Amino acid sequence: MRPTELTIAEGLAALERRELSAAEWAAACLDAVERLNPRLNAFITVTAEQAMAAARASDARRARGEAGPLDGVPLAIKDLFCTEGVPTTAASRILDGFVPPYESTVTAQLKRDGAVFVGKANLDEFAMGSSNLTSAYGGVENPWKRGDAPGVRLVPGGSSGGSAAAVAARLVPGATGTDTGGSIRQPAAFCGIAGIKPTYGRCSRYGIVAFASSLDQAGPFARTVEDCAILLRSMSGHDPKDSTSADRPVPDFRAAVARGVKGLRIGVPREYRAEGMPAEIEALWQQGLAWLRDGGAEIVDVSLPHTRHALPTYYVVAPAEASSNLARYDGVRFGRRVLRQGDDLRAMYEATRAEGFGREVQRRILIGTYVLSAGYYDAYYLKAQKVRALIARDFAEAWTKVDALLTPTAPSAAFAEGEKQDDPVAMYLNDIFTVTANLAGLPGLSVPAGLDAQGLPLGLQVIGRPFDEEGVLAVGGAIERAAGFRAAPEVRA
Amino acid sequence: MSLDDATVRRVAALARIRLSDADLPRVQGELNAILGWIEQLQAVNTDGVEPMAGGAPEGARPMPMRDDVVTDGGIAERILANAPDREGDYFAVPKVVE
Repeated sequence: MRPTELTIAEGLAALERRELSAAEWAAACLDAVERLNPRLNAFITVTAEQAMAAARASDARRARGEAGPLDGVPLAIKDLFCTEGVPTTAASRILDGFVPPYESTVTAQLKRDGAVFVGKANLDEFAMGSSNLTSAYGGVENPWKRGDAPGVRLVPGGSSGGSAAAVAARLVPGATGTDTGGSIRQPAAFCGIAGIKPTYGRCSRYGIVAFASSLDQAGPFARTVEDCAILLRSMSGHDPKDSTSADRPVPDFRAAVARGVKGLRIGVPREYRAEGMPAEIEALWQQGLAWLRDGGAEIVDVSLPHTRHALPTYYVVAPAEASSNLARYDGVRFGRRVLRQGDDLRAMYEATRAEGFGREVQRRILIGTYVLSAGYYDAYYLKAQKVRALIARDFAEAWTKVDALLTPTAPSAAFAEGEKQDDPVAMYLNDIFTVTANLAGLPGLSVPAGLDAQGLPLGLQVIGRPFDEEGVLAVGGAIERAAGFRAAPEVRA
Repeated sequence: MSLDDATVRRVAALARIRLSDADLPRVQGELNAILGWIEQLQAVNTDGVEPMAGGAPEGARPMPMRDDVVTDGGIAERILANAPDREGDYFAVPKVVE
């Protein structure tokens, strides 16, 4: 088999049997990146030399019998993770020239376990977007094509669009992402791959460029649920450098994938039957429930009554936290500085931020500044925090009746560049099914489950109890086996 | 409610983002569309509800205390490595006081 077709589990087995070397695997990925990245734009930075050096070091470790759990696995790293000595942009002009003098905890752990980084993946600017079109480095092309319009460029979703497109197009077998309102799960669904956002606190946020600190979580992308489980184990764990990271043991997630769903109670939240949901998505959802029933699960109707308030709640809380987090970009300590002759400090701040941030980022900073400003804090921010508590309470109530929830991941398949762009609120609706898990801090997985009439992939989402990623992976694994999703995108290595 | 010109300018000033006269109507329209949509939260009954601060799910352990000791330091060169301008071991900025 060509190395680019290998899953992580298959590649690790091939390395162990010495049928493949890490150098061969990395070279195959780098060759695929060289051929397809000019078109897909999935990477902002490609670190070919470092990747080959890391792969050769990995082969040497394996030869000495010292291979780690991910030794030799080539990965794409969302360009929101600080990587020591490698430019980190957050897809923003305001970080022009920034080279982190330190490594994020998640990427440090992946390196500790032997992973080989191929490059830094494109994303929406500061992870704010659902299409990858807000990137200062340009959009990413979704490798999938509509059957009746193969020439139309579709978006890969966002914000982790480059990571998802790179995995789908077989440039790499896995990638890291971050998810604040759906930024792993929605692009996974749009690109026909798997992606999991773990429980808030499962992965350290240290060294990840902050967007909304109470919502941000790192997680993996891969082409199988099992591969996601393998990556998640290396990414997880307590970190004293992040006071919100959870001090609890990291289970063997991989073992949970094949566990099955016999005896599990799976909830169907009735409020997720959104008006205007495409019939194909409704049908796939019903199919997913039938698969789980066939696997021995009991399907239970549940109610999450505050669901419809989740998106407006998110669009108060996330911009408020963003306006605070992004205050650090001021042209003083790192990144871009715009200073005109005779300008004072304040004029420098204002010019740097006006030229350094794109429109969507500016919008969110302004909304966040307004809802936190004197006289409006209680009416907007405090109100949203209270509604957030009600949304979390809805889930706590559901967990008294069910073990996990099954929903669609996104309200549509991948859309074309140019669609939905005039109206920010229409774009925000992409996250309607994913954002609740961020607000309540819960683990959520998207698994590819079928194709629409145009041949585009559709995903189903599994949401689980706090810190029950194993349960989520078990349900996702069962859907994956029943769906037998084998379709591959038009554009691939 | 709807933000008037003066409020949009005040918010931009608070956010330290320069806003040109030409961009004002566009930004004002976008912010008002978003705020109009957010307005629906006012209809939710939240009497007696404690606000949820932070992202930890229900049942998560409280954040731990740690000893108040220095764990880092002596890395001025690394901290200044990305500075757009510096003087000695300081970040340099345009003159603030005449």
